[in-house]
Amino acid sequence: MPSLQASRHPLAVTDEQHRILARTGAPRFDDVLSRNGLPLLQTARIEVLQVNVGKLCNQMCAHCHVDAGPDRREAMSSETARKVIELLRRHDIATLDITGGAPELNPQFRFLVDEAVKLGRRVIDRCNLTVLMLPGQADLIPYLAERRVVVTASLPSFRQAGTDAQRGDGIFEKSIAALERLNRLGYGKRTGLVLDLVHNPVGAFLPGKQASLERDYRRELASRYGIDFDHLHAITNMPISRFLEFLERSGNTQSYMDLLVRSFNPVAVGGVMCRTHLSVGWDGALYDCDFNQMLALPIDHGAPATVDDLLASGDLVRRVRTGLHCFGCTAGAGSSCGGALA
Amino acid sequence: MDTYYCPHDLAKFGDMGKNRPELWAKFIDYYGSVFADGALTEREKALIALAVAHTVQCPYCIDAYTNACLEKGSDLDQMTEAVHVATAIRGGSSLVHGVQMRNVALKIGM
Repeated sequence: MPSLQASRHPLAVTDEQHRILARTGAPRFDDVLSRNGLPLLQTARIEVLQVNVGKLCNQMCAHCHVDAGPDRREAMSSETARKVIELLRRHDIATLDITGGAPELNPQFRFLVDEAVKLGRRVIDRCNLTVLMLPGQADLIPYLAERRVVVTASLPSFRQAGTDAQRGDGIFEKSIAALERLNRLGYGKRTGLVLDLVHNPVGAFLPGKQASLERDYRRELASRYGIDFDHLHAITNMPISRFLEFLERSGNTQSYMDLLVRSFNPVAVGGVMCRTHLSVGWDGALYDCDFNQMLALPIDHGAPATVDDLLASGDLVRRVRTGLHCFGCTAGAGSSCGGALA
Repeated sequence: MDTYYCPHDLAKFGDMGKNRPELWAKFIDYYGSVFADGALTEREKALIALAVAHTVQCPYCIDAYTNACLEKGSDLDQMTEAVHVATAIRGGSSLVHGVQMRNVALKIGM
């Protein structure tokens, strides 16, 4: 299956995604904040620099908000990677969160990890698990373990049916093999090597309670496969890119947007990731979050919008650029790259 | 009202608290406690609820607990098995009453 971009699907164009979301009649996100007595979103202290190194991936997941896949070639250059590290050097940002695509396939991945570790930063690898089983990546887990990189791995279900429905046939089996290998090298075994899992709903509904899901995952993965992990993050699917294509194809766009708006939780607003994250694109453009990045909504309101601009000005404080997709982060228990918020 | 069952009525469930709200409050408090994680997980309880919903043949409950089961991480195979459990009990219940039929028939028959 090709990416939306490779198949020249109308939804490969972000304007079309914005148009479809607007057609649902959802209220402006900022208006809903006001109606709930909440201020417009401003950044707090930036704690995470999330870097999307590119769209190349060995998988083609049905819900991917990046439209990543084997046919994508966008990739961060060594020059931009050096600037990212310079950004880390100049700013006291505790965590470098590396995502993609499959970030490990990017030539700059190990440079970013090595340099961030030298600076004493916590590094997160957002891993699809199957990349760890590729022939050319045999040394990847020992490499990550030596640098104590946090592995945050996608596994939408502890059962094959759900995982394969979302991530592709055969992915579950390979994911379990990768988790077994991670466990063997100490990940998820309370050794200080952190292995977190990510649950996304396999369909047009919100995730259940994170703590309850974590309990089920822990028991089922242990009893069926002997697999351990540290934490489970439950993340809501964003109504953009390939998940939006699924919503459109299945006739669920309106009901899903209605669900997100109806489930707006004011308590979740304080913890949305855009307030503590800065997102960098493969080309050095800056965004409030990875979702804004995929909707081509760069940082606005006068704040620096590229790594070069930010290195010149040094100002991390900004007002967040919002859109209708933001209801995905404030629905129910809320959602961020670290899971539920409320 | 042109039909007894309307999907949008599910969202009006809370209207039942408009009269005798103290009874509604007790019910909701109990309901919430019943479905919270305990010796059984929320996911397991939702599967039981789905099976019972099919037994009592409540379309509102089927709608609500289909969504709840999916949200809590169950898949269609597991949910189908839950409905089969309800079906087996309903069928078994009919069959076991056949013993009563046999008792009567054997008593009065020749």
